[in-house]
Amino acid sequence: MSDPIPYRPIAAGSQPPLDLPSYRSTGKRHPMAAPVHIPTTLTEASAPNFATPWYAPHTNLSVVDGKAAMGERIIVAGRVTDENGRPVPNAMVEVWQANASGRYHHARDQHDAPLDPNFLGRGRVITDAEGQYRFTSIRPGAYPWRNPGPGWRPQHIHFGLHGTGFAQRLITQMYFPGDPLLVMDAVFLGGGDEAARERLVAVLDPELMQPDWALGYRFDIVLRGRAATPFENA
Amino acid sequence: MTDATASQTAGPFWHMIDFPEWADLLRADGPNAGAAGERIILTGRITDGDGAVVPDAMVEIWQADADGRYDSGFHGFGRCATDGDGVYRFVTLKPGAVPGPGNGTQAPHIVIAIFARGLMAGVMTRAYFSGDARLGDDPVLALVPQARRATLLARQQKSGLWRLDIRLQGEGETVFLAA
Ligand SMILES: [Fe+2]
Repeated sequence: MSDPIPYRPIAAGSQPPLDLPSYRSTGKRHPMAAPVHIPTTLTEASAPNFATPWYAPHTNLSVVDGKAAMGERIIVAGRVTDENGRPVPNAMVEVWQANASGRYHHARDQHDAPLDPNFLGRGRVITDAEGQYRFTSIRPGAYPWRNPGPGWRPQHIHFGLHGTGFAQRLITQMYFPGDPLLVMDAVFLGGGDEAARERLVAVLDPELMQPDWALGYRFDIVLRGRAATPFENA
Repeated sequence: MTDATASQTAGPFWHMIDFPEWADLLRADGPNAGAAGERIILTGRITDGDGAVVPDAMVEIWQADADGRYDSGFHGFGRCATDGDGVYRFVTLKPGAVPGPGNGTQAPHIVIAIFARGLMAGVMTRAYFSGDARLGDDPVLALVPQARRATLLARQQKSGLWRLDIRLQGEGETVFLAA
């Protein structure tokens, strides 16, 4: 059996450090030792198949039982590709977010902002053959957190992705363009160099907007890619 | 060529996408109902640099089927939340040995990925099975310094019950792996 093509090494500056003093919770949770680098084996190069009935899509977060959630309705869509620009079909994309007032539908969220019975704030979709995904939701509110600094997180949507190899597993956050909290947010600022952070900010996209219905934001996501293409006789 | 999107912490509210049934890979109404193999429980406690439990972690596993195959239709994926004692717990099948680099073989193993508040990116490790005769030939274990290898070895508590504690930081820190 031929060996899997290895994943590209992670490019400098493209990912956050695990030890990030400005984000207090990293203090006792980040490993001190560097990871042990291992070859890409079949284990890392294969991944679960989520294009099955057990992972049914749920792409409209803006209504519950036909009743509309409060807030600014948005469409969030984009394309999942790998670092070589190839679309990643059948990727599972999961999202979770606060409601328009900045409150999560979560028992441990103590923020004194109203819950919205018509907003649960979680979704799932499997990318199509071109790697595309699409959700309808509500623009989340900023919310407070206990971390040195301004004490508020910018508006964001959490994204989780599974690609075609388990080594591509990614959890990230999508931000909104022009949010004044971005420049003082430890998590966003810690995400990597300027180019890396820029890619975490969605783009307001007229093509996605629907008149009299919803604003549209495009958020393209790049998963790790293989180092080289295989040769016929490799 | 575009670099991969930056990772961000899963935060404290990732349970919005927790589906507790996913922790039982063999559940009767799940994708592996009736799959052949030895049923096992893989469990352990996750602790931080102070030895305090991590009660809010997302734990995912990825593994081959009982014959060591990833392409057989067995859905070797699970997710669970650590509980108030920092404990994760999966019900699954004991995986078989998996092909390794060259014509080598990897000892049976389960990948464990951990995401949490305070982790800007997920960390991944592997659970191997103590006492397996193939551990000595495993090409990944061979890359781990001998003194730290035990952090990747699940121990059998009783028949079918395997335990691997994970220390994120400090004394006895788990070896994390990066492909
Ligand atoms: Fe959040």
